[in-house]
Order: sequence, then C-alpha cells, then structure tokens
Amino acid sequence: MKLKSLLVSLGLLAGASIAQAEEPLKVGFVYVGPVGDLGWSYEHDMGRKGLEEYFGDKVKTTYVENVPEGADAERVITQLAKAGNDLIFTTSFGFMNPTVKVAKRFPKVKFEHATGYKLDKNLGTYVLRTYEGRYISGVTAGMMTKTNTIGYIGSFPIPEVIRDINAAYMGAKSVNPDVKMKIVWANTWYDPGKETDAANALMDQGVDVMLQHTDSPAPLIAAEKRGLRAIGQASDQSKFAPNAHIFSVRDNWTPYYIKEVQAVMDGTWKSQDFWGGFHDDMLTLASINPNLPKDVRAKIDATYAAIKSGEFKPFTGPIKDNKGNVAVPANHSLTDQELAQVNWYVEGITDEIPH
Amino acid sequence: MDSDLIVQILFAAVKTGTPLLFIALGEVICEKSGVLNLGQEGMMLMGAVVGFLAAYGTGSAGLGVLAAMLMGCVMSLIFAVLVLHLGANQVATGLALTIFGTGLSAFIGSGVVGQTIQGFQPIAIPLLSDIPFIGKILFSHDILVYSSFAMTFALMFVVNKTRIGLTLKAVGENPHAANAIGIKVLRVRYLAVMFGGVMAGISGAYMSLVYTPMWVENMTAGRGWIALALVVFASWRVGRIMLGAYLFGLASIMHLVLQGLGWSISPNLLAMLPYVATVVVMVIISADKFKEKLLAPRALGKPFDPRQMA
Repeated sequence: MKLKSLLVSLGLLAGASIAQAEEPLKVGFVYVGPVGDLGWSYEHDMGRKGLEEYFGDKVKTTYVENVPEGADAERVITQLAKAGNDLIFTTSFGFMNPTVKVAKRFPKVKFEHATGYKLDKNLGTYVLRTYEGRYISGVTAGMMTKTNTIGYIGSFPIPEVIRDINAAYMGAKSVNPDVKMKIVWANTWYDPGKETDAANALMDQGVDVMLQHTDSPAPLIAAEKRGLRAIGQASDQSKFAPNAHIFSVRDNWTPYYIKEVQAVMDGTWKSQDFWGGFHDDMLTLASINPNLPKDVRAKIDATYAAIKSGEFKPFTGPIKDNKGNVAVPANHSLTDQELAQVNWYVEGITDEIPH
Repeated sequence: MDSDLIVQILFAAVKTGTPLLFIALGEVICEKSGVLNLGQEGMMLMGAVVGFLAAYGTGSAGLGVLAAMLMGCVMSLIFAVLVLHLGANQVATGLALTIFGTGLSAFIGSGVVGQTIQGFQPIAIPLLSDIPFIGKILFSHDILVYSSFAMTFALMFVVNKTRIGLTLKAVGENPHAANAIGIKVLRVRYLAVMFGGVMAGISGAYMSLVYTPMWVENMTAGRGWIALALVVFASWRVGRIMLGAYLFGLASIMHLVLQGLGWSISPNLLAMLPYVATVVVMVIISADKFKEKLLAPRALGKPFDPRQMA
C-alpha cells in the first residue's frame, strides 16, 4: 500500500515536472442569471461545456452564476482573477464597468466582456448580432399577426435592446405596412412571474405575436395558454409551447469560446471588439415550427440566407428616427461602433425610450 | 381605457396577488405568535420545486399542492426547532433558511428544468361568474384562488372571533403572561410557524403549477420578501393582507399595462409604489406611540424561554 502510494506520488512528481508547460489554462465565467434559466446564461454555460469537451484536460473552467450587476460583480471578478484564471468571460452588459476596473488591476489576466464597448489592452469585447435574428423575428411576426399588433417585452433600455427593437420593427414593417408594435419594459432580465404579467398585459391589448428580450420561457407559456404566438429568446424554447412557438433565435457561444481559448494558448490573443451573428453560426434559428404557413417559412429561409451571406444588412440607410432626424444616411450600413450606440427608435415606433 | 381592459387588469391583479396573499397569510399568523420568519422565500421555492416534481411525477396538480404544503411544513419545522427549541436568533436563522431553500431547490429541481405540466385549469363558478364586472374579476379563476378567498375569511374569523385567536395574540403580545395563565407558549409558536410553512408551500405551488406552470431556478423572484413587507403594510391585520396583496398585484402589473397603452409615465415610479407605502408604514411604526394602534405583536422577534421569567 505504502509502496504503491509512494510510486504514485513519484510518478505524479515526474509527471508534474514534465507537464508544467501543459498546465491547464484556467478560464472563468461570470453569469448574470442562473445556469438553469434556459435562456441567456444557460447558453453561455453550454459554451463553457463545449469548451471543456473540445479541449479536455487542457482547460479548467469555473463559473459563478446569479451575479448581480453592480458592486458585487467587481468582487466576484476580482476573486476569479485572484484564483489564477488566465481568461475571464463576463457575460452581461452590466458587468462592463466592474470588468474594466478589475482588468486594470490584473494586467496579466485576459478579460472578455460580452455585449459591451469598453476595451483595454487586456480587455476585449464580444457581441452577438442578435438584431439579425430580431429582424427575421419581426418579418415573421409581421406576416403572422392577424390584429396587426405585435408585442415586445424589453428588459432594460440599453443600446443592445433598443437596436433589437428597431430591427424587429423594421422587419415587421417590411412585410406589413400597417403593423403596430407595443413595447413593455419589464425592468428585469429574468423573472418568470413578471414576464408572464408583461405578456398578459400585451395580449390583453390585442397583441397576437410576441417577441421578448428577457430570458425566461414564461411569455411563450402565456401565449400557448391563449392560443397566440411567440418567438423564443436565446435558447431553444420550443418544448415550452409546442403550438405557440414560432422559432427560437438561439445563441451559440461555443465556436467563439473555443477560438479565444485557442488564441490564448497560442499566445496570439489580442484585445478586440468582436461581432458575431448568423455568418459565424453564433446565432441560429432553432426549431422552426412545422405549423407555419408555407409562405412564411419561405420568407424566413430567404431572409436568413440573405443576412447570413452578408447580402442584406438590416441597418442600411436611409433610416429615419422617430423624431424625423436622419439616423442612417442612404447607402450606408451602420458600422459595429455605430451599432453599439443606437439610442433612438426608428420612424413609426410611437413610444419614447424611457430614461 | 375601456371597461373590458379594466376588467382584465383587475382579473390579473387578483391572479398576481394570490401567491402574495397565501404566503403573507402564513407569515402574519407566524408573526402574531411573536416569531419573525425571514425564510419565506426559501420555503416558497422549496414548495414550488417539490410541488412541481410531485405534479410532474404523478400527473396530478392536486398532489403537487399537497406535496408542496408538506415540504413547506418541513422547512418551517427546521426553523422552528432552531429558534424555538435551541433559541437561535430569528433573523439570522430565517435568512439562513432562505439561502438554504434557494440553493436546495435549484439542486433538486435541476432534473425537471424545461419540463412542462398541465397545471390547474380555471373553473368559472356558475351564476357568480355571470355577474357583470365582478364575475370575471373574482369568479373565473382556478381552485387555488378560491381557496385563498376561503382561507382569508376563515383566518379573519379565527383570529378575531375565537379563543384560538386570543391565545395566538396573547403569546405574541406577552408570552410570559400567557405562560403564567397556563398557555403552552412554545407549542402555540410551533403550530404558528408550521402554519406559515404550509402557506408558503401553497404559495410556491401556485407559482410553479398555475402562474407559470414550469420550474426554473429562483422562479419566485423575491415574492417571499414582498410578503414580509406586505405583513407590515397590512399592520398585521388579516383582512388588510388581502387588500394589500391585490394592491401589490395591481401595482406590479399596472406599469406593464400602461406602457402597452403608450403612457409615458416612468415604469420604475409605479413599480416602486408598494414599497413606498410599506416604508411609510414602517416609519410610523418605529415612532413608538403609534405602535399599539398598528398592532405589531409586542414580543415579535424576541425569543421565549419558559424557564426564565421577565
């Protein structure tokens, strides 16, 4: 017994000295919701798992879930940096300033912040072109609505959400000039009860197709109950509402996480502002419902193909904002930097952005 | 705003207020006996997950509610043993119960995340549901909503009109005096805490079986805490709890409805209202001379040891 353990430890020692260069790369993740939200945080965690599957023993990942956006986030990120993580992904907009602060204090650690716009030498950002999915959602909703009223449940009025509202509205308008869009801010990313309330409030007011930029499947369930339609957010939410579900715009972070970890391993990582969408397979349309009318399905496929190939970009001028100013001049498509700063509604949306 | 919309809003307010009503009714009885249980959120989540698991496993929503009640009761017993038997600090123990329940519910529920069940279906009460306006608002809900009505009226009667109610209040106001006249203070408190647990369990089941028939982590999203505020808001009166629960329910959906109608009132402001009301009541309570008027149980939060006399 003793001999065996001695041999084992000797073996380990020998192994350790050889394998020192191959010590696993430590990667940390910070999530805003629970990994079981079946939406945003769930998909980031799928990315993390994909990373472990791809690299095996060469990476060691840790995650912290349910981290509030604020002072607490700074503490959590600092802890992850202190624990020796080489690369830390902070996966919500509200983690921006805490990440910037911590990145300054740990210059050797590499940070990547999702959906933000502040860069540093050791801090990159990565953004999903969710507006591409949102445009197709709008097109579909515009074709499917019988009341010409579609609903949109927003979380917080940040550029990402406002951009997506615009994309959805432009999509709907492109196929249905009479369409109206009602927007409700739930002031939360994740609260199934509140999201249900928001969905019901919209449906009470004549909405028959719902889009959401909050993370739980609750609005889909509410739509299913009333025999109306809804589009899933972030992950495949079809099973919650077999009849109501139109499709889900699914986030797929795995390819990006693998690419970035590989870059750190190779020593080629550099800070950048990366935007990925249909083209990079970081966005996909999941579980398109077979109960859709044929023409709707054909339009979905055509729009998807046009966006994926780059032939069509939703934010291409001329676009006016809803105060009558020119937001995007003719023959210009918003650059990524410009997209990150969208803080206006397109012409036709009658609401005002809350402050 | 047309009358149809108003009916729909009030209907939704009752629905939104129901989980708050259940859990706050439990907590008010618990507090009336002099025990402050901050573990509401934890008990509610455990009720929600166990209720969902049972309903998913057996296919019966009724069994789900029963299981949730049982689970809430077990959770409250843990709390009761710690604070009543072992004299642990009520605030700290309650907080621990919430943290414990949040974590444990996420753990045991991880297998059924993403499953769906057939929850309770609404039952329109014949005749009553035909009354214009009121009928749709009050009498076209599901069975749990009706039980919450019955429970409120039963508790109003028990607390205000019966000997049991007197005993409960005596224990919460002055446990030493109650003890001196032969009331078993700890036994009464045990029962009150367990009642609170059962109600928290039902409230959780309402969330996972009726409101949003699914289980996801932390799905109660702070309703257990709102219930604690609600008890203060209602100044420990059962009837006012019902009123308060529907007001809170109304306030929490009102800002969503108004936004849909295109009103440019700040949603944050409206969402804040119930809490502002609670803070005002709290401020009045902490000004001592009003305290008696507001019926805060005088021994609330204070441990009682029958071996020590005041």
